[in-house]
Amino acid sequence: MIEVKNLHKSFGNTEILKGISTTFEKGKTNLIIGQSGSGKTVFLKCLLGLFSYEEGSIAYDGKIFSSLTEDQKRDLRAEIGMVFQGSALFDSMTIAQNVMFPLQMFTKMSKSEMEDRADLVLKRVNLPDAHNKMPSEASGGMQKRVAIARAIVNNPKYLFCDEPNSGLDPKTAIVIDNLIQEITDEYQIVTVINSHDMNSVMEIGEKIVFLRNGLKAWEGSNKTIFKTDNESVTDFVYSSNLFKKVRQMYLEENA
Amino acid sequence: MKYLHNIGLYFLMIAEMFKKPTKWPVMRSLILKDIDDLIINSLGIIAFISFFVGGVVTIQTALNIDNPLIPRYLVGFATRQSVILEFAPTFTSIIMAGKVGSFITSSIGTMRVTEQIDALEVMGINSLNYLVFPKTVALMLYPFAIAIGMFLGILGGMAASIFGGYSTLTDYITGIQTDFDTFHVTYAFIKTFVFAFILATVPSFYGYYMKGGALEVGKASTTAFVWTSVVIILLNYIITGMLLG
Repeated sequence: MIEVKNLHKSFGNTEILKGISTTFEKGKTNLIIGQSGSGKTVFLKCLLGLFSYEEGSIAYDGKIFSSLTEDQKRDLRAEIGMVFQGSALFDSMTIAQNVMFPLQMFTKMSKSEMEDRADLVLKRVNLPDAHNKMPSEASGGMQKRVAIARAIVNNPKYLFCDEPNSGLDPKTAIVIDNLIQEITDEYQIVTVINSHDMNSVMEIGEKIVFLRNGLKAWEGSNKTIFKTDNESVTDFVYSSNLFKKVRQMYLEENA
Repeated sequence: MKYLHNIGLYFLMIAEMFKKPTKWPVMRSLILKDIDDLIINSLGIIAFISFFVGGVVTIQTALNIDNPLIPRYLVGFATRQSVILEFAPTFTSIIMAGKVGSFITSSIGTMRVTEQIDALEVMGINSLNYLVFPKTVALMLYPFAIAIGMFLGILGGMAASIFGGYSTLTDYITGIQTDFDTFHVTYAFIKTFVFAFILATVPSFYGYYMKGGALEVGKASTTAFVWTSVVIILLNYIITGMLLG
């Protein structure tokens, strides 16, 4: 479990996060949503330890990140998998080498063990024949799946995804969403997804944290988001006519 | 103020580069790859430039010696001195600031833009050690490339001298053996080691700390070239003053 308490983060005189508290549980897909500029990315980067913060705490299974030594932080980071918005695959490596990279860095596995493990996770993300391709030869959806494979190859306890569906067609986006949810359930990891995609919110949002102007404006799930009367959430989530109609139908059915 | 900030940040980067070392088997392959990218792939251009610059120095020297009292072997002597003391170590390093420097800045800068550096940091890898240290180690072989440059520069001078009819082979060889001071070679290699360190770290600094997108990668490469050249020229002056002055 990741526990965030009263998190404050500023850049110069501008306060971006104004005291966020929440928890992200194991085996659940946790989504952070909000408008552009609401502080989602800064929040995610604070969770990842890429940004320091002025006040508050982030605890990974009881271990408070800011009070860990450099070595302990390094050990903790080895338990984190991250899927970046642009996939962030290493250009100079093949897909298999990208997937094996965390194993090379953090384990004492032999080359054949690493290759077997890479095989397994590439099959898990439905890319059984892509080993020798370079990232530049792969489509956006394939790159995302490779990024997921790289993130889970070392059996992480925590998986973070920054806009995993950005730039993907709706069908591939659903495939990626389902893959993340299946992996979360299968490996019982804490998954935190930063998303703009309302389809993801409805499909896999087992826990949703809605940020607005650096504050947590609402917290719930894809089940409760239909019923909420929080204006800032309804303004954001149901801004399209399609979602307005979906919500109306849901409320009528459950009236 | 910005310059002071950058100088401080540069030295902090150097210190950080030696912390949390990457596992040796991984580091070894990175160093070998960088030796290939930065040294082996530069040998062609170094050989080409050195040979022809050596030739030009010879021609210029020969054409400017119009006093019959000055011995013809001076052509070989002047070529040797110019090539060993300045053209091979300094002139070639400026060319390398363009070739190797822009390669380093653009490759690290692109990694910054495409979040590959963030990916390394999230994994708990010291990205400076992973990216900059192997380049620095690889460029410690740069003096070997410069030694080849020195040899080819003198050879180019000899070719120009003989085929251009400016001096005989005997005169040229007498010239390159006249008053030979081994410390000049030592001085040239000391300079080259320092330039190699600058060639690895200054472009890395501009790539690593760049902000923005693809356009900024191009700008960072240009800035890196300018500052690498400036630092090389300044250090050349300081080292020459200290060792030969």
